[in-house]
Amino acid sequence: MANMAMVKVPMPERDPKERAKCFDEVATGYTAAMAQEEAARCLGCKAMPCVKGCPVGVQIPNFVQKIAAGDFEGAYETITATNSLPAVCGRVCPQESQCEGKCVRGVKGEPVGIGRLERFAADYMRSQEKKAVPAIERNGHKVAVIGGGPAGLTCAGDLAKLGYEVTIFEAFQAAGGVLMYGIPEFRLPKQIVQEEISNLKDMGVDIRTNMVIGKILSIDELMEEGFEAVFVGSGAGLPRFMGIPGEALVGVCSANEYLTRINLMKGYRPEYATPVIKSKAVAVVGGGNVAMDAARSALRMGAEHVYIVYRRSEAEMPARLEEVHHAKEEGVEFLNLNNPVELIGDENGRVCGMKCIRMELGEPDESGRRRPVEVEGSEYILDVDTVIMSIGTSPNPLIRSTTEGLEANRWGCLVVNEDTMATTKEGVYAGGDAVTGAATVILAMGAGKTAAASIDEYIKSK
Amino acid sequence: MFPIVEKTVLNQDVVKIKISAPLIAKKALPGQFIIFRVDEYGERVPLTIADYDREGGTITLIFQLVGNSTRQLAQLEEGDSILDLVGPLGVATEIPDDVKSVCVIGGGVGCAIAYPQAKALFNKGLDVDVIAGFRNKDIVILEDEFKAASTNLYVCTDDGSYGTKGFVTNMLQEQIDSGKKYDMVIAIGPIPMMKFVCKVTEPYAIKTIVSLNPVMIDGTGMCGGCRVTVGGKIRYACVDGPDFDGHQVDFDELMRRNGTYREQEHECRMMKQADNLQQTDK
Repeated sequence: MANMAMVKVPMPERDPKERAKCFDEVATGYTAAMAQEEAARCLGCKAMPCVKGCPVGVQIPNFVQKIAAGDFEGAYETITATNSLPAVCGRVCPQESQCEGKCVRGVKGEPVGIGRLERFAADYMRSQEKKAVPAIERNGHKVAVIGGGPAGLTCAGDLAKLGYEVTIFEAFQAAGGVLMYGIPEFRLPKQIVQEEISNLKDMGVDIRTNMVIGKILSIDELMEEGFEAVFVGSGAGLPRFMGIPGEALVGVCSANEYLTRINLMKGYRPEYATPVIKSKAVAVVGGGNVAMDAARSALRMGAEHVYIVYRRSEAEMPARLEEVHHAKEEGVEFLNLNNPVELIGDENGRVCGMKCIRMELGEPDESGRRRPVEVEGSEYILDVDTVIMSIGTSPNPLIRSTTEGLEANRWGCLVVNEDTMATTKEGVYAGGDAVTGAATVILAMGAGKTAAASIDEYIKSK
Repeated sequence: MFPIVEKTVLNQDVVKIKISAPLIAKKALPGQFIIFRVDEYGERVPLTIADYDREGGTITLIFQLVGNSTRQLAQLEEGDSILDLVGPLGVATEIPDDVKSVCVIGGGVGCAIAYPQAKALFNKGLDVDVIAGFRNKDIVILEDEFKAASTNLYVCTDDGSYGTKGFVTNMLQEQIDSGKKYDMVIAIGPIPMMKFVCKVTEPYAIKTIVSLNPVMIDGTGMCGGCRVTVGGKIRYACVDGPDFDGHQVDFDELMRRNGTYREQEHECRMMKQADNLQQTDK
């Protein structure tokens, strides 16, 4: 008999006041009893609408019912049959717009907490002793994956399962991409990311760090070396700035820089050498998940005031509701319908204020959201000593500028056939932010998965 | 891991190391840089490649002990290894075919980066004058190397303790005044030096290339830390540079932005010194 409670079993979380001072994970995870209680809310619909909402096709009702029955290991195996990074996805996927968005229980009340259950299954297995991975028969074909982020890791995992010899070429000192440099520790502990990556290594995936493809080796050289296909998952590139006066002042940086210093380089830990700006009052410009991550990190780095400055209203914010909610709980101050027009510097060239103008919503624009319009004469100055720009990125130019035959669109995103993820160059596939521009972890994983299937077909048909 | 195969202390502040990195050595070109990280706790620090040996599979770095990371690197000996080395990054220096006569100017440890430029151009058969400037005699480096890679070498010291007394800009002005025609000037050194070299060349419309060294983390065009204003536009030293048209660069802004973390570096070093003192006390 299903549990007919209208709301999810609440996720245990650290107290907002305490957690805003440290980098420990905010949500502490379900206990087995909580997971079983929540799993019992699943009706086991035959049509499985939730699965259609999952870019990597996790057999959701199947694993949820295994959790309900107490078969946690079975649940984990069901998930990992199609998803190589369950502990990551359970934490950072926007389930409300994907699997949970399609859940029948969501029509009246809250959907089943699929993400929380996925996380539970993954964390349960992490707490158990690691089992030897059954040897996979190698098929002797080599595939190169450029970029060890969500797209590349997924593509590599799927191909390794099929017997391919996969090498990931990672530009940084550690694989993980945005999971390592972007998403903060308090949302996604780096230990967990490395454990999921080590599962891929156990499956035979070779990871070569410090390899910037396009510089140290070109795609053509990889193919000459015997890689029969290449997947490009090189991720997002150059951060955007607003083009307003004062952006070159000291104390102004991109969210990518701020977060990389803290996350990948662990600048929040005293034993690491990488410095992070010390701030009293921080303005984060933007309304996406990255802006929330930067704002919440700034609180944890000791800022007394942290503002989100966003030109539309909260209803239009692209960030997940949960992230906005957590940020507010922790004390981030939201200045919605505000837009920076100038950054003001002191006599030493350090930013000391941000001139903002108030906005109101007008008619809908091409994105379907109501266009923000300036309220004339409403300028004021916000006292800040740090400004973090979080208004998006444009794709990385290194691969497209060094690979002949690889077409990009006018924004610099690689052009692919969306059904196969094949680029305009034979044997080269691409996915993730390099193709879409900044998007989500799970969409990148979906693209990596599609590309893996296409690469398998391509190599077999040769 | 990347082993150090040779180490030479050039003077009290400048060290030269050869690192085994065959793949980087195979691709490196003058003007490009690497990013190193000594160990797990280290920063990612960019350094321009001073030389490379494609057959031997090594690259050479010549660096000044300016911060914690370069000090840490300088403490390593032959046989020790560094954890991470990424490269070659950035765009190699481009010299148009119609350039026949070049003046390469190096200031202090900037000479380490000016040297591969001079060598490559001289080996291509160009007329290469080198002006190498130092504070004083004790810190003169690469004199023999420059001699072998230039038509004329002019060494200057600020205090006159070696070579000609004066700044590199004085020597450059002198050469121009004496009728020497340069198609191009390449200036590498402290920001004020590059700025003033550009001021000298601007009235004569001599194309002047400078190599910039802004704050940087990833070096692949992701963090935006290395942004510089060139010709009024944002450019990224890691993927668009590190070479830029010196007449377009906003040097004052670069100098300010390079000071972003100076206080923290200083604080950190003070704490380390305090730690060391405490340990010696015990």
